[in-house]
Amino acid sequence: MAEMWLNMGPQHPMTHGLWNLRVKVDGETMTEAEPVIGYLHRGWEKITENRKFTQIIPMADRLCYGASMSWSHLYCLTMENLMEVEVPERAKWIRTIVLEAQRIGSHLMWLAALGTDLGSYTVFLYPVRERELFLDLMQNLCGARMTYNYPRIGGVRNDVPANFERDFTRVLNHFEKRLTDYEALCDQSTIFRMRMEDVGYLSAEKAKNLGVTGPNLRGSGVDYDVRRDDPYEMYDQVDWKVCVEKTCDAYARYRVKMDEMRESCNIIRQCIKRMKPGAIRVKPPRTAPKGKTGWAHVEDPRGEGFMYVIGNGDDRPYRLKVRSPIFVTVSAAPEMLVGYKIADVPAIMGSVDMCLGETDR
Amino acid sequence: MIQNGLYDFIYGIALWLMQVVAWFFNNVLSWYGFGSWLVSPGVLEFLTTLLVALVVFIVGFLVSITFIWEERKILGRLMDRRGTQVGFLGLFQNFADGLKTFIKEHIIPDEVDKQLFNLAPVLLIAMSCLMICLIPIGPDFYMANLSAGLLLVFAIFSLAPFAILMAGWSSNNKYTVMGGMRAAAQLIAYEVPILLSVAGVVVLVGSLNFMDIVAFQQENIWLVVPLFLGALVFFIGVIAEVERIPFDLPEAEAELVEGWMTEYGGFRWGLIMLSEYVRGFAACGVLVLIFLGGWAGPDFIWPEVWFLIKMFLVFALFIWVRGALMRVTTKQILGLGWTKLMPLALINLGIAIALRMGGWL
Repeated sequence: MAEMWLNMGPQHPMTHGLWNLRVKVDGETMTEAEPVIGYLHRGWEKITENRKFTQIIPMADRLCYGASMSWSHLYCLTMENLMEVEVPERAKWIRTIVLEAQRIGSHLMWLAALGTDLGSYTVFLYPVRERELFLDLMQNLCGARMTYNYPRIGGVRNDVPANFERDFTRVLNHFEKRLTDYEALCDQSTIFRMRMEDVGYLSAEKAKNLGVTGPNLRGSGVDYDVRRDDPYEMYDQVDWKVCVEKTCDAYARYRVKMDEMRESCNIIRQCIKRMKPGAIRVKPPRTAPKGKTGWAHVEDPRGEGFMYVIGNGDDRPYRLKVRSPIFVTVSAAPEMLVGYKIADVPAIMGSVDMCLGETDR
Repeated sequence: MIQNGLYDFIYGIALWLMQVVAWFFNNVLSWYGFGSWLVSPGVLEFLTTLLVALVVFIVGFLVSITFIWEERKILGRLMDRRGTQVGFLGLFQNFADGLKTFIKEHIIPDEVDKQLFNLAPVLLIAMSCLMICLIPIGPDFYMANLSAGLLLVFAIFSLAPFAILMAGWSSNNKYTVMGGMRAAAQLIAYEVPILLSVAGVVVLVGSLNFMDIVAFQQENIWLVVPLFLGALVFFIGVIAEVERIPFDLPEAEAELVEGWMTEYGGFRWGLIMLSEYVRGFAACGVLVLIFLGGWAGPDFIWPEVWFLIKMFLVFALFIWVRGALMRVTTKQILGLGWTKLMPLALINLGIAIALRMGGWL
């Protein structure tokens, strides 16, 4: 068969969002790959220039519905750096807890999507079932299930509800048992290992040069995690480890995310134990000085999220720039895909955990 | 010429019916010649054969859609959900689906090769229905009792990939072509091991007739005991034969949208899906007939019921496999077929020959 270009997307079961993966195939072997993004561009950064600082928080939620807490938190962190606001300690603990809960929820959604990619609906439904528990916890906390609008510049919106610690502990105990179930379903399945191992090789050198971050970078054996290397909130106060895998393939990226879920449970447990009563919010200034800049970067579930903001002298930003992890990671897709078969595309791109809301903004 | 209880029963009904009609023609219209022609043996045999075909088809059809219901319910339970709830125990779901696909618009894309595009699903459905009449459900309930029935079933089974390739090619779509090619590639992987494992049965029984095979098992032992390896190879191969997970490569929805049937919609798609379950019916039927003793069982209920119970249990195993496993790739199914199933089937054949030569069975 002659070589031909095959469009996978924008409407395709593999894409999980709205993007187009163009691959040139020779038979079933891929010889070239080209990700095409931009189908979901909403002009997010431009819209923020006409919004007040507080109005941008719910907008930041919409950057990624899978990890909305992480994005609105990143925005608040950036604004706190710009306005030099010191967040109360209790708010920091709460933020750490909800961020890690969000990480688990986001990774569960990724695992579910990976399950459908590989053709197992069971692996789709089991993680979604457990994700529901975390959504319920979040609903108890802030009333919303997906887009929380919970962090505030200078703290969090409200204190934790009654029985917060008890509920979290119960869910985590239950969830850690279930996590073992997923591993029995995936890791101990020869077919899963055959599909995931030795595909989508991305060397540490290539990963660093292409700007890949987060679990995908750690799956390539690079020991880098913003939570440890440039700690924010209370990550330097708790005892946890960065999960790294050396094998650089799709299975390594899968393993990193699975281990991270366990590690998140560990972090949440410690935070719940050490959380003390106190203030949850301070009042930030309404305006930011003209020309002053602030930035922050966090470890989003998908990689390193970064925001850079310039004040305009009033209550609106002059410019707000977002660095999305998947926007950068997707440019490594050709590197991961070329040389493998069409049938490996879902396994490879599924291991990356695509999110188009933040990519196209 | 069919000779069984079903035929005799329906012959009696047809005779009675024709006598009534003949009385009408003879006495009311006074068409004496026509009336007596209607009750002549030739007409009655023709009519009875048609009615037997209809009854066997309806039974096979109903069992097939009960398979769909069984799959929905058991798969639902495996995935910690309830499965379909339409009607009593969800039994009406298939009829609702049938109606839904029936009222959909039938779209033929401009670029397709219209004759082949329309012919392929007809061929598939016809071949699937042909298999219904080759599977005896009980000693007195079958359409055709051929001396080489086993051979003919597999001949028809292996024709399906050609119809799939035809459908894929005529749809003039990159995904469908790949799906069709995969069906052809898959055929090479599973067909030889299946036929080798069946050869063991034929060597032991010395006949290709289903009646003889079941009679042999009633006299001696269910062949799954001496030929366990063969039954295992047959089970795995037949899953690939009916294109179910983990071997549903031709319609791998993650990378090929819907594989070779991407361009089919509406009622044609519904019939194609139904024909897959009819093929599942045939596959389970053959497995039960040649390895699990057919309708052999304690005779407090009818043998047909034993046969159906065994078929539903075998299909439950298919569903279990689907609930637990993921899809493999073309390379992996070829590797599995040639390096694992082939040697096992050969060992199985050796065991069968040894049993035969030693005179133990």
